[in-house]
Amino acid sequence: MTALILRELRLAASGGTALLPLIFFLLVATLFPFAVGPDRPLLARTGGGALWMAALLAALLPVDRLVEPDRAGGVLDQLALRGVNEEAVAVAKLIGHWLSFGPPLMLAAIPAAALMKLPREVLLRVEIGLLVGTPGLTALTLMVGALTAGLRGTGAMAGLLMLPLAVPILIFGAGMIEQGFETGAIKLLGAVSLLLIAAAPFATGAAIRACRD
Amino acid sequence: MSALLELRDVALIRGGRLLFEGVSLSLEPGGSAIISGPNGVGKSSLMRVAAGLLRATVGEVKRHSPAALADEAAALDERLTLGRALAFWARLDSVRAEAGMEPMGIAHLANVPVRMLSTGQRKRATLARVIVSGAPLWLLDEPANGLDAEGQERLTAAMAAHRSRGGAVLAATHQPIGLESAATLALGAA
Repeated sequence: MTALILRELRLAASGGTALLPLIFFLLVATLFPFAVGPDRPLLARTGGGALWMAALLAALLPVDRLVEPDRAGGVLDQLALRGVNEEAVAVAKLIGHWLSFGPPLMLAAIPAAALMKLPREVLLRVEIGLLVGTPGLTALTLMVGALTAGLRGTGAMAGLLMLPLAVPILIFGAGMIEQGFETGAIKLLGAVSLLLIAAAPFATGAAIRACRD
Repeated sequence: MSALLELRDVALIRGGRLLFEGVSLSLEPGGSAIISGPNGVGKSSLMRVAAGLLRATVGEVKRHSPAALADEAAALDERLTLGRALAFWARLDSVRAEAGMEPMGIAHLANVPVRMLSTGQRKRATLARVIVSGAPLWLLDEPANGLDAEGQERLTAAMAAHRSRGGAVLAATHQPIGLESAATLALGAA
């Protein structure tokens, strides 16, 4: 299991897989003030939501690199031959990919918040929200990545599959910025995240088995 | 001694097409069999059935030992050096990768990235992974594809050594690969 998680981290580090979503995230944060204008109160009010949109789209970027290369390269078959079950592979991928996506994204949110002139308490809410929400986003990316593995032209397909399912994360993540910790938004965000994490190993495992036929 | 691999009356339907039926095979320790037949008859699929990656539509597949599979997918991380890519699998198998690179003559390539390797070198690396795996049952799908004469000799020697240690080899191939006294399983002959 440790070997598999380390392998995921190494793949993410070596191929720019981890870097690309971050650059994308920061790019959106840079462009957003240009789009709505340099109005400080307006930016402070909408910036948090824009960061969540950027995080969501950044999570979508590595979807075709999570499962498909391992399927095509025979890695998944070789693991199965060694008696590693598909659910364990999925858990390793989930942990490995979150480590290369969640914490770096939380770091990138700091300069991104500065670009949007977000107040400090808003940044704090975004950070807590990302900490709770990105594992769920990762789980969703993994499931969609496994479901679309082996298909051609998966980019658009993956987006269509994933974005509607990510709506609850977006609603509660962005809702939390507006209303703070007193409301139930963070609990609901946590609940959605946990649900996706719980479903991911089984859905991913079944999808990996299904694409062998 | 009991068989390492048993197939009894196995049939496989894929994509609505019957690939083969009534395939029976038993591999004892030290034994070997060659699956032959024209392209598209289902040799690779039978290999995957034997490996447990595909489920037979009908029939019984029993594996009594761990199996190592070498097929067209090398399953090596392209960006790593060959040594490190093989070491990943060796670690899962609790063995040392070098023990497989030496017999296939690729020890000098240990520091070359996998993506720079030629077809033949990749094939050698795939076979090295099988050699070192320690699995008594070898499943080799077109093992000699892309290998030069020297590589084929090394393959032949490795298979002979494996069988003398009580291992068994099931190979799907078109070309003679020097498996002595191997049973032949002709698919699509009927």
